[in-house]
Amino acid sequence: MRGSGIQIWFFIGVLLLIYGLMIFGYGTYEWVSVAHFGGQYPAGVQLTSLHTPIWWGGLLTALGVLYCVKFRPGRA
Amino acid sequence: MAHQVSPSLLAVNAMPLAHLRLLDMIVIAVYFAMVIWIGFYLRGRTNTGEEFFMAGREMTAWIAGLSFVSANLGSLELMGWAGSAYQYGILATHWYWIGAIPAMLFLGLVMMPFYYVCKTHSVPGYLFLRYGEHARVLAAFSFALEMILMSGVNMFAMAVVMKVVLGWSLTFSILVSAFAVTLYVALGGLRSAIFNEVLQFVLIWGGALLVPILGMIQAGGVSGLKSQIIKNMHTDSYFHLWRDLGSFSANPMGVHWTGIVFGLGFAISFGYWTTDFLVVQRVLAAHNLRAARMAPIIGSFFKMAVPFIVILPGLLGLVLLQNTDGSRRQLVPEDTVKVCMPMSSDCAASLKKTSLSAEVQQDVLNQKDTPQSELHSYNEVLPLMMARYLGPGLLGLGITALIAGFMSGMAGNISAFSTVWTYDLYKPLINKKGSDSHYVIVGRISIVAGVIVSIGAGYLVQHAHGIMDYVQALFSIFIAPLLATILLGMFWKRATAPAGFLGLLLGIVFSVSLFVWVHLNPANLKYVALSPYAKPMAENVFRALWACLFTGLVIFLVSLVTKPKPIAELEGLVYGATPLPTEEPVPFYKNVWLWAILALCIFVALNILFW
Repeated sequence: MRGSGIQIWFFIGVLLLIYGLMIFGYGTYEWVSVAHFGGQYPAGVQLTSLHTPIWWGGLLTALGVLYCVKFRPGRA
Repeated sequence: MAHQVSPSLLAVNAMPLAHLRLLDMIVIAVYFAMVIWIGFYLRGRTNTGEEFFMAGREMTAWIAGLSFVSANLGSLELMGWAGSAYQYGILATHWYWIGAIPAMLFLGLVMMPFYYVCKTHSVPGYLFLRYGEHARVLAAFSFALEMILMSGVNMFAMAVVMKVVLGWSLTFSILVSAFAVTLYVALGGLRSAIFNEVLQFVLIWGGALLVPILGMIQAGGVSGLKSQIIKNMHTDSYFHLWRDLGSFSANPMGVHWTGIVFGLGFAISFGYWTTDFLVVQRVLAAHNLRAARMAPIIGSFFKMAVPFIVILPGLLGLVLLQNTDGSRRQLVPEDTVKVCMPMSSDCAASLKKTSLSAEVQQDVLNQKDTPQSELHSYNEVLPLMMARYLGPGLLGLGITALIAGFMSGMAGNISAFSTVWTYDLYKPLINKKGSDSHYVIVGRISIVAGVIVSIGAGYLVQHAHGIMDYVQALFSIFIAPLLATILLGMFWKRATAPAGFLGLLLGIVFSVSLFVWVHLNPANLKYVALSPYAKPMAENVFRALWACLFTGLVIFLVSLVTKPKPIAELEGLVYGATPLPTEEPVPFYKNVWLWAILALCIFVALNILFW
């Protein structure tokens, strides 16, 4: 959308940032708890050794930050 | 497009496929909060009719393009085509490539100037300008009816999917999703619908992209996937788009290349992508003609990429899905699940048509509680693959993508209905002299009323499952006659108003007649598809082709014996009578033709690569 106001890309950035932080945070907790505290990966989920929530959550967070900054309200 | 899970056939009594944890629920709740925030934010920017119904005509090419392609990317469609890929291999990709790309490029390069220059609010509005009131009312009425029924059917279908995948109650899913959609579309109009479609597009990629990535890692890459499918299925047909289309019997889909090229690639595809107001409305909201032409071209690149998150998971499901004991899980047709869960007398006959071993079939018939005897349909391949790879948080994101796909699809139906109802039915037939603000109020009320009627239609379907198939066939019945009517109107100056109306009316009657003829006696399919080996998938493409040709013939003949409009009245509407606006010079990398040719080259290369 052109003109003033909050752009859709900013909303997308906010959503990606929230999701990224949540998923990255969970991935880190899962890794640490399994490695050091005898925790277990969720039953039935495959390829847990790849630690998908960490790198996918990190990617979403990075994209979210990029969109939030680039399309922040009031930016010329 | 025109392929959906048939929820009446899903086993709603089975155990849920996935279990959400607290983190997943928070992910879903955040999505709902976000769309409602967007609706309230946009309410203050949506005051005039132009803002409410046309999003102020200020969308950039990127937003209009993503919204254009996203309006067609519903969750039921994703699940249905992933299931088709499991069943037919990459033949299902035709619905994403030849069934979309040429039509999208044609819309951007050739048709968009006429839609845009005449400043119509809708496709029925174009018919009014070109053919007069009768054609508009017929098109508007059939479109409005289709949108409401489709919205209701999709709402019910999504609720059933949520029940199958997550175990949620039907009423809970219907009420929550209907409330959210009503709120954000009634508040923000088309602008809100477009914003959420773009948001949904990002969510679908963010939620579904991991499945093919992790699946390909586990399958050992392309070569590993190919060798395992050949080992399991004993054929390499699953990897060829065109090689086996020389005869109806040589491919699992039972279609012929003529049906794919002329029926799907022309009649259905051009009908949907260039005349269905649900998608065209998104492009009409662009801020200038160049953006309106560029939007479908941008959309075509993303459309070509969609098979990566839809078709590939279906293929991966063929080799990777496992039962709890580690044996290969084989999915079955939906009607087998229906007759076996709960058990009925037709189960044994239905099981014999599947590839399940005799031992497993016996276990199912004896209702033994073994891992192999738990039946799942082809259409469940995508949620099954999600449950296989996505842990807490990521699974919530995947489910959110499905919910978002459903909600934006419903928002698309309702916003298009609201525009057509207000401008093409209410304004000409009920109140011609209302103020702009009056029509905005009518639009908002029609959204609320449309959702309520949709809910009623959804519950009606729940108690009369046979209606579902007929409602879903409405799309292919209406779209082909509309395509012929608009193409002849746009590119043939001699086409007259009576011919346009009669052609559209008789074309719809002809299309309905073909549909009823085949459904009363399925053996008639061999006449419609011109082969005794044709399978049901061939019916839609050939029916659309004949309906399009029939409509064109009626318009041609009636035009010859009726009086055409003077050329001066066709300006802005018809090729050859319209001085096309010259666009401001732009750098070569912003040239519409450059990107269209690039999209066309990639399209051709992909078809050769997967020949």
